[in-house]
Amino acid sequence: MSTSAIIMLIVAIVIVWGGLVGAIVHLRRHPERPEDDAAPAQPAA
Amino acid sequence: MSSPSREQWGSRAGFLFAAIGSAIGLGNIWRFPAVAYENGGGAFLLPYLVALLTAGIPLLVLEYSIGHRFRKSPPAAFRKLSRPAEAIGWWQVAICFVVAAYYAVIIAWAVRYVGYSFGEQWGGDANAFFFGDFLQAAETPGVMSSYVDGVLWPLIAVWVVVLVILALGIRNGIEKANKFFIPLLVLFFVVLVGRALTLDGAGKGLDGLFRPDWSALGDGSVWVAAYGQIFFSLSIGFGIMITYASYLKKRSDLTGTAMVAGFANSAFEILAGIGVFATLGFMAAAQGVGVNEVASSGIGLAFVAFPTVISQMPMGALFGALFFASLVIAGLTSLISIVQVVIAAVQDRTGMRRVPAVLSVGGAVALVSILVFPTDSGIYLLDAADHFINQYGIVLAALASLVLVGWLLRRLPAFQKHANDVSTMRVGRWWLVCLGIVTPLVLGWMMVDSLRAEFAENYEGYSTEFLLWAGWGVAAAALLVGVVLSLVPWRSADSEAAEEAGTAAGAKAGPDSAVKAGSGSDAPEGGKN
Repeated sequence: MSTSAIIMLIVAIVIVWGGLVGAIVHLRRHPERPEDDAAPAQPAA
Repeated sequence: MSSPSREQWGSRAGFLFAAIGSAIGLGNIWRFPAVAYENGGGAFLLPYLVALLTAGIPLLVLEYSIGHRFRKSPPAAFRKLSRPAEAIGWWQVAICFVVAAYYAVIIAWAVRYVGYSFGEQWGGDANAFFFGDFLQAAETPGVMSSYVDGVLWPLIAVWVVVLVILALGIRNGIEKANKFFIPLLVLFFVVLVGRALTLDGAGKGLDGLFRPDWSALGDGSVWVAAYGQIFFSLSIGFGIMITYASYLKKRSDLTGTAMVAGFANSAFEILAGIGVFATLGFMAAAQGVGVNEVASSGIGLAFVAFPTVISQMPMGALFGALFFASLVIAGLTSLISIVQVVIAAVQDRTGMRRVPAVLSVGGAVALVSILVFPTDSGIYLLDAADHFINQYGIVLAALASLVLVGWLLRRLPAFQKHANDVSTMRVGRWWLVCLGIVTPLVLGWMMVDSLRAEFAENYEGYSTEFLLWAGWGVAAAALLVGVVLSLVPWRSADSEAAEEAGTAAGAKAGPDSAVKAGSGSDAPEGGKN
């Protein structure tokens, strides 16, 4: 493989798979709150 | 007001697996690698990422918002936006009907090829075996004249599996199936890629895929190809995500899940690209030719090129079985989501319970699929229907819905507010620009480009007469069915609308009043961190 191909392979993996990991981490940091569905909803502003 | 008995996903992860399962389909495996290769190799990454961030994920967020907001399938959801817009919803349902009918056939082929892999039954000429021995394809496209048992039986099996999963419901059927299938698909593909990377010539293939041709970035068609790939690959534009999001809980992080689904789809595409081109590199090395001579896509890649490679590699049977099993899984999870759109639309329309709806509506799709496609003309009908329903069904319906929501009804800010109200990641003004300007313009450009190609020469050189009924006719029929179904009086929806109008009496009519209708108090505030 040429150097430029190796660099682009690494860049693709880092950005796309890194983006996936980042998105999953973000979602896990904001878990679902099941009580929201059970409790009466607040009126919209 | 949404029906109190509407099904719901068991968990956010369950919805995500289903959404990812829908997005990851055959196109990720057999379309992306070739599109990237032909459009600048490594340099394609730039327009591809731009398309993902400016069209793919924004469209996902919009479709999630429409489905989540109204908790309805596309016809009912669009109807709540505007009465005439219901036609777009039924148009998408008709498109799903057509796509499901032929998509199942490709899965049936892959099922047979899992078995063929063990004996490498295609022998020395995979092309002749596929079109001749297996499909028994007629010399020229036309009306079907004979059935092909070898396709018929696996096709019936595919439909039985799909309908059983759908009959089990959102939580026990679709969610559980995807939670099982998607990790299995990733496992299979990791093993496949691991094997492919150890083949002689793998580096040559990867060099072909990733060596950047930066001059391609100056070519507009490369950018259109990137948007097209993102668009077709993410299962957006034909109502699937609206339907799936309609089963979400009231408080659901729409933008957060859209980011995960969008990146997961692309992550799998990159993985598939590595696997496919490493394998093609081996094929090129074995035949002593350049990668450009073996690069292919679609049916030719899966059912001709790959069998040829499998015959050439050590332990090819196992590799082949894993590859075709991956195609089956990727296809099944997408097919389930496509048929679910049709079932949900009829359920919303008639109030029918799930099992009778699956048996009647799903059964009707299965019947058409089984009657039309396992025939000597099946491959031609499939090819024409696929091309025309994609270009003049999915793309056109998506364009129509964006023009309607963004330009005519001006409801994008209302959906932006809805997404932001329930999500942890806010979408800002850029989201409005992407969906209001960038995406409609690119879709419009794709449409013009494709029409130009259509009139320059007949698709695949098929006769005009054949294309008129099997291609243009199918796409036009989907639109016509959409319009006709939207004109049928819908008493339950009318009474529901009247009820909502009653409850919303006194509320000020504003630019987002249609979005507010029926929402009442369920738009939570302060849900963001």
